[in-house]
Amino acid sequence: MFKGVVSKLASVLQNFGHRLIEQFWRLGSASRLFGYTLASSGESLRRPFLVIREIYFTGVLSLIIILVSAFFVGMVLALQGYNTLQKYGSSEAIGVLVALSLVRELGPVVTALLFAGRAGTAITAEIGLMKATEQLSAMEMMAVSPIARVVAPRFWGGVISMPLLASLFSMVGILGGYLVAVPLIGVDGGAFWSQMQASVDFREDVMNGFIKSCVFGVACTMIALFEGYDAPPTAEGVSRATTRTVVNSSLAVLGLDFVMTSFMIS
Amino acid sequence: MTDNIVEIDNLSFGYKGRLLHKGINMSFPRGKIVAIMGGSGSGKTTILRLIGGQLKPVQGEVRVGDKVVHEQGRNDLQKLRRKMGMLFQQGALFTDLSVYENVAFPMREHTNLPESMIRDLVMMKLNAVGLRGARDLMATELSGGMARRVALARAVALDPEIIMYDEPFAGLDPISMGVICNLIRNLNDALGATSLVVTHDVKEAFSFVDYVYFIADGVVAAEGTPAELRESTLPFVHQFVHGEVDGPVPFHYAAPDYRRDMLRGHDV
Repeated sequence: MFKGVVSKLASVLQNFGHRLIEQFWRLGSASRLFGYTLASSGESLRRPFLVIREIYFTGVLSLIIILVSAFFVGMVLALQGYNTLQKYGSSEAIGVLVALSLVRELGPVVTALLFAGRAGTAITAEIGLMKATEQLSAMEMMAVSPIARVVAPRFWGGVISMPLLASLFSMVGILGGYLVAVPLIGVDGGAFWSQMQASVDFREDVMNGFIKSCVFGVACTMIALFEGYDAPPTAEGVSRATTRTVVNSSLAVLGLDFVMTSFMIS
Repeated sequence: MTDNIVEIDNLSFGYKGRLLHKGINMSFPRGKIVAIMGGSGSGKTTILRLIGGQLKPVQGEVRVGDKVVHEQGRNDLQKLRRKMGMLFQQGALFTDLSVYENVAFPMREHTNLPESMIRDLVMMKLNAVGLRGARDLMATELSGGMARRVALARAVALDPEIIMYDEPFAGLDPISMGVICNLIRNLNDALGATSLVVTHDVKEAFSFVDYVYFIADGVVAAEGTPAELRESTLPFVHQFVHGEVDGPVPFHYAAPDYRRDMLRGHDV
């Protein structure tokens, strides 16, 4: 009886240890891939058409979902904000509320979450399938580094796209908020814009939001690339990797957001 | 002394402590077509990957020319790989590129040739495999046999000294198989290259190769010209060449006693 409990406990511990070690291995492999990607970046940045192509695939093709979401998020923010602000007689501050929420938090965070779902999964699945169909091996045998030719351009495509998408998200969100607050609810347009202009600081708010979206760009794109590159070359392997991309990217974005916000506010 | 372009010397390789190859010796003379044959899972493709430097041996060495492959640094390995062309089992064409761009890919990556010259070269390579007319198709629009031929045109795009074929006949119809056999022979002779063909298709391989190595249980079980191997009395070679179901390679994967296995779970 006692022996049975001990052996069960040992196997649970063993499993836990095994999984922990595996996670550390993966973290190490991801860091190594990140290092190689940076080291190979010069080669791919010298051929800008490779990066521009990726900006199109990750950035331009994500525009619709990002812009539509931004519009609705802005409208909902204005509706909810007005509801509360009018109780305190400060409904003119609605512009500030919408702009600060978007520029500081929702712009970078929601864009990153949508990016992970739209572009991150596409990157993982594409690279995973390229590996499964031996395209990466074929490239290697042609003396072309898959990291320089495939991984690095996608990395820079994602890193450049993310802050641009986040900026557009904030802009369209503010437009959505304006449309609900001013023409629909009847808040004074002059007050809406002037209060926003007076309260949103370029360095404190806009730049901090920009920094956040750059960090999210690196994190989301690198996670998507690593999961694709590390995926077992089977249908099941690629599907699991795609799921992991969304889960890990979302958690990384939320975790990093908390850490960065705490530094930025203090 | 014969002039061998690739030599494998006492090569051992394995994963996680299990050896797949146990001291293999092979040599590939310049200008010849050599087949590496053996059952599925015998590590034939792995030998190509070891020659290409994608894997490192546990023991022994692979020499290409006078260079030991696994001792080369990154840049030297890249230089060595430029002498090689490899045809992957399913073609491994880049699915986001057209047939033309697939064949042009190695030229664009490794040369500064003007577009007009790249166009001429791509047309010549595609003409050699009979697919000049398919240049504007996307890789995803090709049949299995066509994809293999385009991949072959891409493998020889830079006129390699060594061409490696990984299961070039797998999944092809008889006509496509005949076409690929002819192409391998013709390209090898026209380019003055050396070809290594990994396959388990005895009939096709024996019709055009110069020499054959048989791998079984991690060692070279037999070698010789197709004519010699056809006459071989070695039980393994005989079973393989004549496609017999049972022999030294058993039909059944190692399993416990059939009766006992069936009765397990039935408390009798």
